Amino acid sequence: MKTKSSRSSSLLMISPSVLLLLGWMLVPLCMTVYFSFLRYNLLQPGATPFSDWENYYWFITDPSFNAALINTFILVGGVLLITTIGGLGAAILLDKPMYGKGIIRIMFIAPFFVMPTVAALIWKNMFMNPVNGIFGHIAKMFGLQPIDFFGQIPLASIIFIVSWIWLPFATLILLTALQSLDQEQMEAAEIDGASKWNKFFYITLPHLARAITVVILIQTIFLLSIFAEILVTTNGGPGTSTTTLTYLIYVSSLLQFDVGMGSAGGVIAIILANFVAIFLMRMIGKNLDT
Amino acid sequence: MVVSVKNKTKIANTFIAATIAGIMFFPIIWIIILSLKTENDAIRAPLEILFSAQWTLESFSTVQARSDYLKHFLNSVVISFGSTLLGLLVAIPAAWSMAFVPGKQTKNILMWMLSTKMLPPVGVLVPIYLIFRDFNLLDTRIGLTIVLSLLNLPIIVWMLYTYFKEIPSEILEAARMDGAGLKAEILHVLLPMAMPGIASTILLNVILAWNEAFWTINLSAANAAPLTVFIASYSSPEGLFYAKLSAASVMAIAPILILGWFSQKQLVRGLTFGAVK
Repeated sequence: MKTKSSRSSSLLMISPSVLLLLGWMLVPLCMTVYFSFLRYNLLQPGATPFSDWENYYWFITDPSFNAALINTFILVGGVLLITTIGGLGAAILLDKPMYGKGIIRIMFIAPFFVMPTVAALIWKNMFMNPVNGIFGHIAKMFGLQPIDFFGQIPLASIIFIVSWIWLPFATLILLTALQSLDQEQMEAAEIDGASKWNKFFYITLPHLARAITVVILIQTIFLLSIFAEILVTTNGGPGTSTTTLTYLIYVSSLLQFDVGMGSAGGVIAIILANFVAIFLMRMIGKNLDT
Repeated sequence: MVVSVKNKTKIANTFIAATIAGIMFFPIIWIIILSLKTENDAIRAPLEILFSAQWTLESFSTVQARSDYLKHFLNSVVISFGSTLLGLLVAIPAAWSMAFVPGKQTKNILMWMLSTKMLPPVGVLVPIYLIFRDFNLLDTRIGLTIVLSLLNLPIIVWMLYTYFKEIPSEILEAARMDGAGLKAEILHVLLPMAMPGIASTILLNVILAWNEAFWTINLSAANAAPLTVFIASYSSPEGLFYAKLSAASVMAIAPILILGWFSQKQLVRGLTFGAVK
């Protein structure tokens, strides 16, 4: 029952959201692209001449760009690997019958609600500090030399912290998907004599394929923007060993005030994120019937 | 006999799951313990800390006195609830029209809104920073509220849309037949029915805004800084004062941890945009 008036009022009601988002996205986006072609540094006031592809050239040929790209890849890949496989195991475990299910789940999921700055500082100081941290104490108990986490294995340490935050997210989503698994199908397979592994590989895993893809894609989007965890632990160091693309852009635009260079980096980050976004959008779009 | 075997596996499952959940939760328990210890006790060996006799609330008052927790807490409350309510105000009409008067473009608009969420924030950091500087919005509550409401607007619209879709449109039509105007239809029929959905939308978005650390750190300094910034200031050298850092951390995460426990189910729906139910 669609009348003409409900059509026009519908347009009226939708437009504030659309216009606001359009402004929020399009205006800064155009500015970023525009700035990326200017020689524009906040420390050197005056003219901002057109600089062609100069910013892109310098940003890409800077050795820290290469390092940042590799670090970003390792960080995102490492966290995805840990959270997806760990989340799968945890979801299957938490789905089993047990006592005190509610409280166990709540404890498991809690890290997701800890703000990133807090999570990073807790792990950095209370656990990974080589002198007073718990890991250091445990190492000493076994007569081992404590590891200087952020000196010796900085990137792995950050991967560990980020995984602690995101493992609950992956688990929660996979658990939700697991609960919609057809139990009768499982029982039928059992009667037919399917082994535990067969049931897992031929029934559970295919059922979860979609949820796993969603977990990977959504996490990738968020992980590409990891910032606070690096800021409060290593500041991108030592050297460039924990500098990601996001962090590198932050350094050149807000610490070195090089707007042109930062913007060129921003455009590159947007292009990279789009590769992931396209796949995710397709998946969600398929599921959407209006 | 069969029952006892079942019980045994159930006990075994409980044991394994509780152990793993305990490990995941341990850092949170640990900072709660440390926050109740004196600074000297807090840097001793873990077992000594556990069995040291002295418990104190001293760190909490020190943190408040030194870095004004309450001011940051208030900023966090204003920014996260403000941005959620602002977003809701804009999103409810949009979600209503997409759920009940869908057109040819509805799906495209929904997908496009989602795509704005995929824009890496760092890609627009510079322009937003400069716009904020020129409009004197840097380090203001209103500036952060606006940014976070725009940031979460796609999620709010999507969540509301999926909740509204579950309400049979016949009920709204009946109200219209009875002569209810559009305003009355939304205010008196739709909103009361969608209240649980709206509540969970609010909950999830408050959590997301509370923990948002990229824009809040980059766009605020002293006046409007929420708890994310307050904690970042403990990164060094105050981070070495474990009791104080723990007290500050507990105070920063406690409110949202409690809210989070109520929102587990909505979390999945809100963060997967309906792709997993």
